[in-house]
Amino acid sequence: MRHIVIVGAGECGARAAFALREKGFDGEITLIGAEPHLPYERPPLSKEGLAGAEQPKYVAGAERYQAARITVLTDAPVARIDRSGKAVKLADGRSVTYHRLLLATGARPRTFPGAPENSERIRMLRTHADALAIRAALAPGRKLAVIGGGFIGLELAATARKLDAEVVLIEGLPRVLSRGVPEEIAAVVAEQHRREGVEIVCGARITAIEDNGASACVVVADGRCIAADLVVVGIGAVPNTELAEAAGIAVDNGIAVDRTLRTSDPDIFAAGDCCSFPLQQHGGRRVRLEAWRNAQDQGTLAAANLIGGAEHIASVPWFWSDQYELTLQIAGLADGAALTVRRDMEEGAFILFHLDGGGRLIAASGVGPGNAVARDIRLAEMLIAAGARPDPEALASPETKLKKLLAA
Amino acid sequence: MSSNWVEVCAADEIDEEDVIRFDHEGRTFAVYRSPDDEYFATDGLCTHEHIHLADGLVMDDIIECPKHNGRFNYKTGQAKGAPVCVNLRTYPVKVEAGSVFIAIS
Repeated sequence: MRHIVIVGAGECGARAAFALREKGFDGEITLIGAEPHLPYERPPLSKEGLAGAEQPKYVAGAERYQAARITVLTDAPVARIDRSGKAVKLADGRSVTYHRLLLATGARPRTFPGAPENSERIRMLRTHADALAIRAALAPGRKLAVIGGGFIGLELAATARKLDAEVVLIEGLPRVLSRGVPEEIAAVVAEQHRREGVEIVCGARITAIEDNGASACVVVADGRCIAADLVVVGIGAVPNTELAEAAGIAVDNGIAVDRTLRTSDPDIFAAGDCCSFPLQQHGGRRVRLEAWRNAQDQGTLAAANLIGGAEHIASVPWFWSDQYELTLQIAGLADGAALTVRRDMEEGAFILFHLDGGGRLIAASGVGPGNAVARDIRLAEMLIAAGARPDPEALASPETKLKKLLAA
Repeated sequence: MSSNWVEVCAADEIDEEDVIRFDHEGRTFAVYRSPDDEYFATDGLCTHEHIHLADGLVMDDIIECPKHNGRFNYKTGQAKGAPVCVNLRTYPVKVEAGSVFIAIS
């Protein structure tokens, strides 16, 4: 019997399940998740989802799973994969057999070494439950220390300021957003945070995070304690590869897949945050992305290939972040750029276009109020996908419509 | 159902294969000019997260939300797949004496 089992009920797993039906798969589909909820969107957790919502923003309501005949098992952690018996063994003893398996196990927050594990004052942000707990600890005048100046830490800082909490953000590197965001854009973001009252401490070497019973303490290298009512650690994510690894599936900074998302076991695919894959626009370099759009795109692609397709990953990496009224959008990966040109737009918005040594556009990073940069970043994404070598002067000139360059 | 024709703008204020935002009496609309020079109108906000579609990109007969790339056919309002699953409402449009009008019911 044909039965496709998906381990991991997040954005990617849910998208794959629906895409299987949309593409005409008629066998059984079982989606297995460890959380008590139906699949929900994680991006709101550091934004409006933290600030207010009691319920997560579901990818789809229960009736849509029913209508699509998708069995969703919630609260169902997986213990192991039995490849020879082609079955997924759940922690509660149940066994679910598959003919094809998709691993969409996601990632989990990286922990700070030595930080106490079950402290109410020291937390991380990945799940709806995490967001509710952080929300409950924030109130006007409460002090939040955010560890890590990446997207999650900065978004959380912005949301906490909206709730009138005091915020200090502590970053180990010399600036915020070191990974994947150009310095010019990071500076705009950092300046906005300072204007909104966030204290940003860069280049800090944190030696310990402690809970002393009445408050939490972030100890920095000179021995100083930065005290806070709540510490949230946002220092990156690690892929959930343990199930794959224990089953003998190849892992290389993520579950290693080929350009069709197939793992080293031909009946098992992996997609989303948990997998590393060859990125076509960067000469097949193996990358792993932690991004909402990637989770969706790969979920859809995995569905096509689980039912016999041979489609290749072709999406350009795409990220966004909302902080206060600012939105950042990034298409492509800028590392390896030989030339960067800046296009200034209305209301202080701007886009940096990154070209490689051969003049090929490889990335575009934009920041501005609202959706000021969205349309041009989308067009840049299409230029990147097309392997275009646009004239740098044309890119820099706001008078040149990018749509014209795409048609050229 | 009574319709109420409302003037939006001069026809040449919308570029070909483009969209503008139009606010009227507390409601917001998106008004499109297709590559083959026809005009269309839909509700102005994406059905996924209430983002103004007029900041998005028009390609052929598709409008793409600027935030999360939800896609709709702006001629029919049909949602074209994740993350959007609820169709957009469309409105009749006419061009008279060089101006675009939409019928708001």
